[in-house]
Amino acid sequence: MLELIVISTLNGILFGMLLFLMASGLTVIFSMLGVLNFAHASFYMLGAFFGFQISRWFGFWTALLIAPLLAGAIGVAVERFGLRPVHRNGHVAELLFTFGLAFVIEEIVQIIWGKSPVDFRIPSSLDFPAFTIFSTNYPAYKMFMLLVSIAIFAALLIVLKKTRIGLIVQAALTHPHMVAHLGHNVGRIFMLVFGVGTALAAVAGVIAGPALVTQSNMAGLLGPILFVVVVVGGLGSLPGAFVASLLIGLIQTFAVSMNGSLSGAFGPLSPAYASTWLADIWSVTIAQVAPIVPYVLLVLILIFRPMGLLGTRDT
Amino acid sequence: MSEIATTVAPPLPTATEKLKFYGMWVAAAVVLVLLPRVFGSGGSLTTFSLIGISIIFSLSYNILLGQTGLLSFGHAVYYGLGGFLVIHAINIIGANKLPIPLPVIPLIGGLTGLFFGALLGWVSTQRSGTAFAMISLGVAELIASSALILRTFFGGEAGVSANRTKLFKIFGWSFGPQIQIYYLVAAWTLIAVIAMYALTRTPLGRMCNAVRDNPERVQFVGYNPHVVRYLAFCFSGFFAGIAGALAAINFEIANSAYLGAQQSGTVLFAAFIGGIGFFIGPIVGAIFVTILSLGLSDLTQVWQLYFGLIFIAVVLFAPGGITGLLMMHRPLLKAGTLPQVLPSYLFALVPTLAMIAGLVLAVETIVHYTVNPGDDSHIKAFGIPFDAASPSIWAISAVLLVGGFLVARKDWVRVKEAWDRAGSLAREKDVSA
Repeated sequence: MLELIVISTLNGILFGMLLFLMASGLTVIFSMLGVLNFAHASFYMLGAFFGFQISRWFGFWTALLIAPLLAGAIGVAVERFGLRPVHRNGHVAELLFTFGLAFVIEEIVQIIWGKSPVDFRIPSSLDFPAFTIFSTNYPAYKMFMLLVSIAIFAALLIVLKKTRIGLIVQAALTHPHMVAHLGHNVGRIFMLVFGVGTALAAVAGVIAGPALVTQSNMAGLLGPILFVVVVVGGLGSLPGAFVASLLIGLIQTFAVSMNGSLSGAFGPLSPAYASTWLADIWSVTIAQVAPIVPYVLLVLILIFRPMGLLGTRDT
Repeated sequence: MSEIATTVAPPLPTATEKLKFYGMWVAAAVVLVLLPRVFGSGGSLTTFSLIGISIIFSLSYNILLGQTGLLSFGHAVYYGLGGFLVIHAINIIGANKLPIPLPVIPLIGGLTGLFFGALLGWVSTQRSGTAFAMISLGVAELIASSALILRTFFGGEAGVSANRTKLFKIFGWSFGPQIQIYYLVAAWTLIAVIAMYALTRTPLGRMCNAVRDNPERVQFVGYNPHVVRYLAFCFSGFFAGIAGALAAINFEIANSAYLGAQQSGTVLFAAFIGGIGFFIGPIVGAIFVTILSLGLSDLTQVWQLYFGLIFIAVVLFAPGGITGLLMMHRPLLKAGTLPQVLPSYLFALVPTLAMIAGLVLAVETIVHYTVNPGDDSHIKAFGIPFDAASPSIWAISAVLLVGGFLVARKDWVRVKEAWDRAGSLAREKDVSA
């Protein structure tokens, strides 16, 4: 039991940090541009596939560097030539544009790499057990993922809090017009933020690709969870996104590893209706319910705290 | 008080206006009745049925997006649940030999949509804008994932099927042949379209528009925007349920794809491409998108890519959709300045088409090398055969793409100039008239 708790906690924090790598970019983009980037998870997917392709040609470490840059460049282009012209048609048009973009990116990835998972392997230099706790070998690659995401988190924090550019970004979050009046090129800041945000998502894609499955539906699977994170944390709140990422990472990881069900807990009672209409609810295990747990959390949050955990503003 | 009311209220419609208005619906009904006489083949009847279902679904979606300003990413939930309930209802009614004929069955789907709209709507519509969009997506994922867990009711991956011909018969109609299903769908489409049009004319419909445009003022007037959004959500769920029920009757099966993100995306595409600013927009969009998805899938392997690109193009260049584009020309047509714009259109259209042709050629060639690399390089796209391996194809597509883009960019600027001239002329005439 203790073993399960320790391993699940580690995995949960890992998954949470990965989520935060993406949610942070999404949140900052949302706060600044006012548009929730529907295609954010698509950039995560692009990162994974670029990483796969580049690591095939030049090795994993080059891929870890180049793939996010490529995805970030695409992000910059999308902001400059796609989002900015749509901006005058309002937020709904922007959201729809990113929705269409997500659709097109998935189609393009399917055309180039096919629908089945690609063989994206863990680099051999990291393919060994890091340590053993209670008879379970914990892979070094997962520790590497954890370290990378924590390092980026720390770097992001320092940039935002301690540097000049971070100050401008923070100011543009709340008062974009004032920042423009002070002589800063807000358009360029937006472009930069969009590029960095998408590049962060791509980093998450490159490091998650070998550990999870690199497939053309990965954006569609992860995207909704990402939005749950952002809404649960409070739209536009970076600390909220951090808390929500870890919360959802932990909850989902723990749910997957549990096998209990109602029939297991109350089996001896065995009421008659349990075997007919309610058979599914009666016998489903917690592990099977795991995929819907984030959404249940979303609905609960919306009922009891519509602003999100740490959110302060209404959209 | 009564004086103010009479001056403020619009004048009562004249007899000709009334005739025009009711004549339009009668004409629509006549067209629907006569359509199978003209296109009687099984394939076209199926297409018409699908279009009818799509029209109801898109219009129900536009109650949210176009009229209340709520962008939903999970509208298929109410469509799908309506479909599932109807399949189960048909099975139960058929097994117990209840005297309920098929034509009233879609009502069950509608009530299901209404019930779930009422259940999930209160939480969903607390906020509008981006928050609502995200919530609708979350709720949709919740229902779609639950559908795969609750296998007894939703039938897992395979879905649940039913036999529509086993029901109580009226007028000797068994609803086995597609033609009878066509008439069923057509009748329900007409009823639903009229009902939804009537809804836009009610005070509630007007309040929905007000909530879309300025929720704060609505509060000052004394209405609660949340309640208005909630009511719109319920109505939209009701009509989506009817559409889902008709789809379930048409296919005699309901599966988890009915509830999924793909279905929600399709209805959003249809409504938006048609144009959300006008009542007729989603109808045009539904017809366009249904025919496009049926037609394109025969012509090319990667039709969904083109589909997405068309959607992005509409969002970027024609946010009013197809109807918005057409309606833009109405003032010019009235003022008689339309002919001034047409030549510049022609100039712009040629390079634009060249660019699109180049893009399609490039996409099809790339698809040949990535999706089926081993095949013969003599491929066929949109019915036109060409050799993907020859360098001339690459050169042609590059020239068309780049050249078309450069010329088109200049020409569209000219279109805008011509447009502005014609528009100001039309306005002058309007003022002097």
